[in-house]
Amino acid sequence: MTGPLTPIGTSLKRTDGPSKIRGLEKYAADYYPANFLWADVKRSDHPHALIKGIDLSHVRGLPGVLAVLTHEDIKGANRIGVPEMDQPVLADQKVCYKGDPVVLVLAENKAVMQEALHKIEIDYEVLPAVFDPEDALAEGAPVLHENRSGKNLLIGGAIEHGNGMEAFQVCDAIVEAEFDLPYQEHAYLETEAGIACVDDEGVLEITASTQTPWRDRNELAYALGLPVDSIRVIAPYLGGGFGGKDGITVQGLLGLAALHSNGRPVKMWTSREESFLASTKRHPGRVHYRVGCKEDGTLHAVSCRIVLDTGAYASLGGPVLALAMEHAAGAYRIPHALVEGFCVYTNNPVSGAFRGFGAPQVLAGLEQIIDMLADKIRMDRLEFRLKNVVSRGDETGCGVWMSNSTGIIPCLEKVKEHPFWVQQEEWVNQAGPFKQRGVGIAAGLQGTGYGPMVADIANAKIELLSDGHFRIYSGVADMGQGNNPTNVQIAGEVLGQAADYFELLQPDTACSLPSGSSSASRTTYTFGNALKTAATILKERILTRACNMGLGIYAEDLLLSSGKVFHLTSGREIPLANIAASMSPEERISSYAYTAPVAKHPDSAGSAIRAAGFPHRVFAFACHLARVEIDALTGEVEVCDYLAVTDAGRVLNPQIYEQQVQGGAVQGMGYALWEDFRVENGEVLTRNLASYILPTSMDVPDILSLPVETVEETGPFGMKGLGEIVINLPLPAIANGVAWALGRHIFTSPLTAERILLTMEKRQAE
Amino acid sequence: MIIHFTLNGENKNLDCAPDCRVVDLLREELGHTGTKEACGSGECGACTILVDGISKLSCLMLAAQLEGHAVTTIEGMSKGEELHPIQKSFVEKGAVQCGFCSPGMVMATADLLQRNPSPDRKEIREALSGNLCRCTGYQKIIDAVESAAAEMRDDA
Ligand code: FES
Ligand code: FES
Repeated sequence: MTGPLTPIGTSLKRTDGPSKIRGLEKYAADYYPANFLWADVKRSDHPHALIKGIDLSHVRGLPGVLAVLTHEDIKGANRIGVPEMDQPVLADQKVCYKGDPVVLVLAENKAVMQEALHKIEIDYEVLPAVFDPEDALAEGAPVLHENRSGKNLLIGGAIEHGNGMEAFQVCDAIVEAEFDLPYQEHAYLETEAGIACVDDEGVLEITASTQTPWRDRNELAYALGLPVDSIRVIAPYLGGGFGGKDGITVQGLLGLAALHSNGRPVKMWTSREESFLASTKRHPGRVHYRVGCKEDGTLHAVSCRIVLDTGAYASLGGPVLALAMEHAAGAYRIPHALVEGFCVYTNNPVSGAFRGFGAPQVLAGLEQIIDMLADKIRMDRLEFRLKNVVSRGDETGCGVWMSNSTGIIPCLEKVKEHPFWVQQEEWVNQAGPFKQRGVGIAAGLQGTGYGPMVADIANAKIELLSDGHFRIYSGVADMGQGNNPTNVQIAGEVLGQAADYFELLQPDTACSLPSGSSSASRTTYTFGNALKTAATILKERILTRACNMGLGIYAEDLLLSSGKVFHLTSGREIPLANIAASMSPEERISSYAYTAPVAKHPDSAGSAIRAAGFPHRVFAFACHLARVEIDALTGEVEVCDYLAVTDAGRVLNPQIYEQQVQGGAVQGMGYALWEDFRVENGEVLTRNLASYILPTSMDVPDILSLPVETVEETGPFGMKGLGEIVINLPLPAIANGVAWALGRHIFTSPLTAERILLTMEKRQAE
Repeated sequence: MIIHFTLNGENKNLDCAPDCRVVDLLREELGHTGTKEACGSGECGACTILVDGISKLSCLMLAAQLEGHAVTTIEGMSKGEELHPIQKSFVEKGAVQCGFCSPGMVMATADLLQRNPSPDRKEIREALSGNLCRCTGYQKIIDAVESAAAEMRDDA
């Protein structure tokens, strides 16, 4: 039976829905191969220490323990990471954070595993450690990676635009503040997981919950000392990622385990506690802003100093800092800017990619400062923004050229017209007893793609199968955002097929083509572009072949539709299966490489920052509004209503679009209000979901999502990346609402009830 | 020890360690990997199953506690390809993103709608507050439960 056509712009039901909702879709965590062994690691007890010796004598002979491995068993470089390969699969000379893996155990069951891990004895010589990034930059601080010339500075640099600091002398109003931004834990429901085995041909096959199958394969080859073509990585649907699986999690350990398991498959699946200890987080940091404007409300100068704590290893700290710096002037035209950034090693847990990638940290600060400045010159907060935001062709304060679709003004205008904004005073004044209300807004942007750091390429592949159906070889993992079903919709549009004429193969380095990571708001943009062209090429081949087969003289007279080709004038048709039968296997496969456009390099940023991905060319924009109510007795903040207006280009599928907006806004509310990941002296204090408070269904309101549909000429069917812009603004929008309610800004987040109460007490005391 | 229970209507007599967690029994021994584990300590709801129609967290139950009871997992909700109305509305309303929370959400919803066939949005939010979802922001899940409730009332 053929389903209805679901063209671009309609809500095709996600094709991954039925198998997931029946519990039949297999995630990496769901594989239990026959005769498998568990793999797990003994992690460091110290934030910084030399490994003097490892005593495995009580473990090696334990019944049920098949292998116990240390760095000595690793044949390759024992280093993973991108772009900086500084993280060992198993620690060798020293450990750099409390959680560094040291010994890998393969065991028959979890009980034996526990016993074995317990009995491993590691002799450490404790080294002085450093936990604050500013301290880590100071002369004489303990150095984590001795081979680095910059000591603990992973990457640093400046963006200068106009006259930098001098410009403040002619400002009529200046506001300055320093913001403390917390860690955020991804807390995807599927913790890091995977299986591995070495097959009969000697190929190491890893099925893992990963956003980066292609990069993993390269890193594994280097770390484990294997040829790239002897490694196969498969990425099934992920049970969430959000950046936390943007790179190797368990894959290095799994690969090593499978090389020492006597041919048996191995499985790893981290517990929630281990996931909290050892997975990457959103970079915590300090952001110091100074922003000045003219009397008439024209922004004139911005300075910003960003210090991010990347923890023990680089992970994606470099690109995160570059992106934070690029977004530090927000979506505003500011003629003079100085942005300095430092991403610093400490003996804390590792920070890395997280949805938003540095932008949430800076926009949290900037958008509160903008409110404060508007108040200072007594200008309406929304008008102040409208007066200063970029239009297409402008440069932001950081010298980033808005060469492509730029819809921030319509975003602000939609908020301005909305009753939530129009009736803000009335709503605030209607607060009940012991309640204090405020309405906050925030505006911002997010770059799509990698920037000029590495080529942003996707290779799509699509095949006409012999039965007349089509197979899409997805090159980019789907961590839940729905790029796979969107691929079906894109190919369906080009080929005139209903969704049930497609099957979709998940990324597998053995049969799909390298297409980069599922990240950076690039997934649908880059792969979708490649797929659209690959499908168009295949369509031409099919129609030409139909002409060959006598269906017509001109391909223009033919219509490709579900399962067949029609001759429009005669009404005759040929089933696609017949056309497939007349094509060679090679002809039935079409592939296309798409490279995303990059911006010209403005000279405003230093070379290190440019090399880390500055600047982007295509941007999404948004303005969010939060109506908040504070309980004056408990300090708790309720977000009563929430409006998200987004310019992510054309909407390909309204339902999937809303999924991103709603989910991102709520994840941002968690960042703003509750998610308090505590680390003290390198020790993770927040170890489970009882103490790490994720938003529940009771804590959040319905989100009202309004799209502003600019047309992005470079995007497939006019779209641009949406996944990240949605998380950049909840924190500042809520903080601005809270500031209205309390009469003062709080510069440290999350805005927990405790922090709010403290602020109220202080205010009363004054 | 040998335990006897029914799983999605089928009789099971299994020899297993009495301290084996039900979630492990289902996933590892019986291959029912639709029941997920995301915390192992009763905080997320991903492992929710029905025992005699009542929602339970299978990560907190031991195999011996199943003796004589009827267990329903997500695999038992649909009849072959034909989805249960709750499952159907989850798919229709876009309540499934990564899908890792979805089986648990469906089971918790089944329990709710048995107790309260016409919950309002607030009641749905309360009833599902033990089930964490990191992807959806919950809104489309609430939409799905509302619409499933309506459909099931019409059918009844
Ligand atoms: S796994 Fe059972 S409640 Fe989380
Ligand atoms: S859909 Fe991913 S956790 Fe709910």
